[in-house]
Amino acid sequence: MSPLLQTIIITVVVLLVLMTIAANLIWVERRMLALWQDRLGPNRVGPLGLVQVVADMVKIFFKEDWIPKFADRPVFFIAPTIVIITVLMSFAVIPFAPGISVVNLNVGLLFFLAMSSLGVYSVVLGGWSSNNKYSLLGSLRAAAQMISYEVFMGLSLMGVVILAGSFNLNDIVEAQGRITWFFIPQILGFFVFFLAGIAETHRLPFDLPEAESELISGFHSEYSGMKFGMFFVGEYLGITLISSMIVTLFFGGWLGPSFLPPVVWFLLKMAVFILIFVLLRAALPRPRYDQLMSYGWKFLLPLSLLNLVVTGLVVLLLK
Amino acid sequence: MLLSNLRTIWLTFLHLFRKAVTIEYPEEKEKLPARWRGRIVLTRDPDGQERCVACYLCAVACPVDCISLQATQDETGRRYPEFFRINFSRCIFCGFCEEACPTYAIQLTPEYEMSEYVRQNMVYEKEHLLINGPGKYHDYNFYRVSGLAIGGKAKGEAMNEDPPVDLRSLLP
Ligand code: SF4
Ligand code: SF4
Repeated sequence: MSPLLQTIIITVVVLLVLMTIAANLIWVERRMLALWQDRLGPNRVGPLGLVQVVADMVKIFFKEDWIPKFADRPVFFIAPTIVIITVLMSFAVIPFAPGISVVNLNVGLLFFLAMSSLGVYSVVLGGWSSNNKYSLLGSLRAAAQMISYEVFMGLSLMGVVILAGSFNLNDIVEAQGRITWFFIPQILGFFVFFLAGIAETHRLPFDLPEAESELISGFHSEYSGMKFGMFFVGEYLGITLISSMIVTLFFGGWLGPSFLPPVVWFLLKMAVFILIFVLLRAALPRPRYDQLMSYGWKFLLPLSLLNLVVTGLVVLLLK
Repeated sequence: MLLSNLRTIWLTFLHLFRKAVTIEYPEEKEKLPARWRGRIVLTRDPDGQERCVACYLCAVACPVDCISLQATQDETGRRYPEFFRINFSRCIFCGFCEEACPTYAIQLTPEYEMSEYVRQNMVYEKEHLLINGPGKYHDYNFYRVSGLAIGGKAKGEAMNEDPPVDLRSLLP
């Protein structure tokens, strides 16, 4: 099989699997949230309500796709696509199993960080082009939140890079096979990255850009139909992305006892983190905006710097 | 703060093993209390005759004016409604009509499945409202308590009522 063909096949399969996962997360989230709130959740459509996703999709495709007269049309159109594109691009560098990744970039980690920063544009442009004060407030919040959490998201990962000695995600996973899974030496880094990941995907409890109780729906107030759906799929893809990054960087990626194939290990670990995302949503209230910011800058940033310095020191001393 | 957050998360997680409170409606139904204010019925007295005396009190008490009726009498002087109409698309099930009614004729029952596709069908006429029983008050019979003479019951034959006194017999 020629390498080109192989890449194309992997790309298509990864795309399909991701889209399926993201779509089914709608069901997973509604169902798990319900269980955690002593309810049942959607269980009518198909066995266990699994076909609910199809029903939701059909519904959202047939909804009126309304564009406000006062909106900035081209930008309004582009905004929802950006989030999906950037998140999907980030998946390109993730190694799902030995040899199964779309590209094997030697700066894979930086590529991921760059792409997730670009994702901010989606929210900012979406809020700006809606020409609505609530959307604008939401997108301003999103910009501030995502840019500040971006800072120590990157910093928290540098400990991993020091330990693995590489920006290449494949090498990082293999290094975890040699040393240990990095969440043990990098527990602080993991903690910071996880919080920053929640803030990046603006999920609850850090969903201030779309805080329903204050900003209607924040940056996507004016969106309807499938454009709104794209923001949503983007959000679920984001959860999947952050979960797979956590798995790759801190929990040994595809590594695991050999009675299951590596891909299955990867997906299992990813599923656990996706469920944790949902659990956080079920459990925690949203902080105030200034709390979010001061928490980020005054607590997480020093923590990630400390982590970086200590890791560097230890690695140097052990050399 | 971190610890309390973690505790919250853990407690929420434990809810996974609780039984859901959901009642899966069309298959399971909640048992409603007997005094639930649902679908309105018109009852009959223990003799099997309409209790309603068409006094209009329920229509007056109704805050949304959804009861309309027309009084009439039979040849013995017994009053009854010629038509009795409740518009359930307006009724708010407040129960004021039941409280206003002097004869226990109009009663609210714990039935609530009254949805319709056509709004017109929400208007219930007397034949839809009238039931073949006394409802919540089994023994009450207005005409047997009141002193009014109607067919089958002359003056003085009601409960706790003495036969009428012949005034002339009191003359000295
Ligand atoms: S329940 Fe209330 S609203 Fe309904 S008919 Fe009786 S008085 Fe009117
Ligand atoms: S239902 Fe009761 S209150 Fe209404 S008209 Fe008949 S007797 Fe009077």
